[in-house]
Amino acid sequence: MSETPILQLRGISKSFGSVQALTDVDFEVRHGEVMALVGDNGAGKSTLIKCVAGIHGVDSGEILFEGKPVHITGPKDAARLGIEIVYQDLALCDNLDVVQNMYLGREERDRLWRLKEPIMEQRTAETLRSLSVTTIRSIRQPVASLSGGQRQSVAVAKAVQWNSKLVILDEPTAALGVAQTRQVLELVKRLGDQGLAVVLISHNLHDVFEVATRITVLRLGRDVGVYEREKTTQQEVVQAITAGIPTKVAGIPTTAPELAS
Amino acid sequence: MSSEVDVAAPGIGLPEGDEAETQARLWRRAYDNLRTGNLGILPIAIGLVVIVVFFSFKATNFFTADNFNNVIVQMTGVTMLAFGVVFVLLLGEIDLSIGYLSGIAALTVAEFQLPGSGHEYPALVAIAIAVGICAFIGGVQGAVVALVGVPSFVVTLAGLLIWQGVILQVLEVKGVIVIESQWINDTAVYFFTSTAGWIIAAVVTGIYAVGTLGSLLGKRRAGVAIRRPLLLIAKVIGVAVACFGTVAVSNHASVPNGLPLAGVLVVIFLVGLSFLAKRTPFGRHVYAVGGSAEAARRAGINVARIRIIVFIISGAMAGVGGVILAARLNSVDLNVGGGTLLLDAISAAVIGGTSLFGGRGEVRSALLGALVIATVSNGLNTAGYKTGTIYIVTGTILLLAVTLDTIARRLQARSGR
Repeated sequence: MSETPILQLRGISKSFGSVQALTDVDFEVRHGEVMALVGDNGAGKSTLIKCVAGIHGVDSGEILFEGKPVHITGPKDAARLGIEIVYQDLALCDNLDVVQNMYLGREERDRLWRLKEPIMEQRTAETLRSLSVTTIRSIRQPVASLSGGQRQSVAVAKAVQWNSKLVILDEPTAALGVAQTRQVLELVKRLGDQGLAVVLISHNLHDVFEVATRITVLRLGRDVGVYEREKTTQQEVVQAITAGIPTKVAGIPTTAPELAS
Repeated sequence: MSSEVDVAAPGIGLPEGDEAETQARLWRRAYDNLRTGNLGILPIAIGLVVIVVFFSFKATNFFTADNFNNVIVQMTGVTMLAFGVVFVLLLGEIDLSIGYLSGIAALTVAEFQLPGSGHEYPALVAIAIAVGICAFIGGVQGAVVALVGVPSFVVTLAGLLIWQGVILQVLEVKGVIVIESQWINDTAVYFFTSTAGWIIAAVVTGIYAVGTLGSLLGKRRAGVAIRRPLLLIAKVIGVAVACFGTVAVSNHASVPNGLPLAGVLVVIFLVGLSFLAKRTPFGRHVYAVGGSAEAARRAGINVARIRIIVFIISGAMAGVGGVILAARLNSVDLNVGGGTLLLDAISAAVIGGTSLFGGRGEVRSALLGALVIATVSNGLNTAGYKTGTIYIVTGTILLLAVTLDTIARRLQARSGR
């Protein structure tokens, strides 16, 4: 089944002053896959994601979304395309409850500027149920009273709710304990199963190997390889992270031969 | 075994089924609220009862219908200011200029009703100009806070000095301006006839009951669980008792007989601003910015806009309060906007349970807090205590209230994670 990847980055370069953060990076995500983006600190993972989010502009290269070239100049552009990003520090308001957080900034209201609470509550419940997030006792409790895993689940559900097609998770398990990490990884898997494209940025190869379909490795601002999880080992990926050499030729990722026209 | 997963079973609607389970659930909720430091109005309600009982024994003419009306009229100005303070505190900001800003409103309204001054306007226009000027000043101060990034404490401290200076400059020349416009003075000293009072009580209760019913139907239609149905009924009954009780006592008063218009104005602003805070996207965004400005920004909320509007609200409410305070005295003099007005307004909001750290509080807390402050000061006055004692007692209550809030906050932080 060869289909157009939902997101394709071709030859992305980006520099901050004299620092070359990204050099000629290719990256792609397909529908229904969990693409892990791994690399050492400073490899350019965050910069790449911020280019997709519209927080940084790119110096050269092109971004294709569903096969069409797009210009993303701000977070709103990204949201309009269906790209949602869950940042490391969650961006939830502790004092608001789950429903209020899910709809923050996009509240449903009627013509008299009244919030449509029942509808928002109902849809929140539906979204959480569809993601099998069942550990939250009441969706009317403030987020402050949730555990780290529950908060992460809410943040992910919030991103998914808006008919998003691509969800980017930045280190979703970094601050979590074992049980909660499991909870979030299960959620990530379910996102993929539902046909969403997921980009998972992580330091933790164990997590990555548990949920990812494919793994892209960045090193020193270059992509050094794309690996299919089933055909690779942690050792090989670690090798790529620490000492990988760019191997691609003419902008064609090595493991996507069906794309080479 | 009762399901502890609201999310998994949100379509159950009214919790039918056995009484025991409902009871257990209620207790569970109450316990949860206590554990997370969500004390609601319980402490302040208890405090208020204690204060009233204490002074009823201490002073013979405290627990009378006349004094009841007195308290309402005395507290109205501060309450209006405190309503604005709640919004500012919700953002985690502070507005120190409201005291003298209310003075500016008083000055303006007095100036624009002055017969033979060449700029005499009808009372309502004069009031609108006064409130408008305060709103504008609030907006300018808010813009400096939100767009430039100067801390609100500094901006509004500067405002405090500047507006005090303006008042002194104007009134040093004029001395006292007497407010002759009956319309303006009526905002503080008009009393409804007893029939009108009953009608108002019925209308307010009716609106509240219809509103509650409407939201219940909305939830029913969406198939969302209705929480604590008993509490809702209790609330409607409570509002009815409060409305009719107030009117009954006010109608009993002898000297200014009847329900004071000032009290009705307080209720109108209470309802309007509560609606704004709790039922509109704007109010939701105010809470969000107060909770986490960064999260609000990432959610696409224009944080600067919210901040500026909140300072406009604060300024406008200072204006409304200023007009009413001036109306009560029928005049404006050099002391306008000074004294303990500013601190009383902020104390009222904080005593009522609004957090100084932002994100937590209710509009009604301003009313409750103002009620406490007014009752204490009125009680100490009638019991023959001096001003010094009033300050000491008010200060102690403020300290107690903030301590309680801080402990509540700690509990909340501990129950998270």
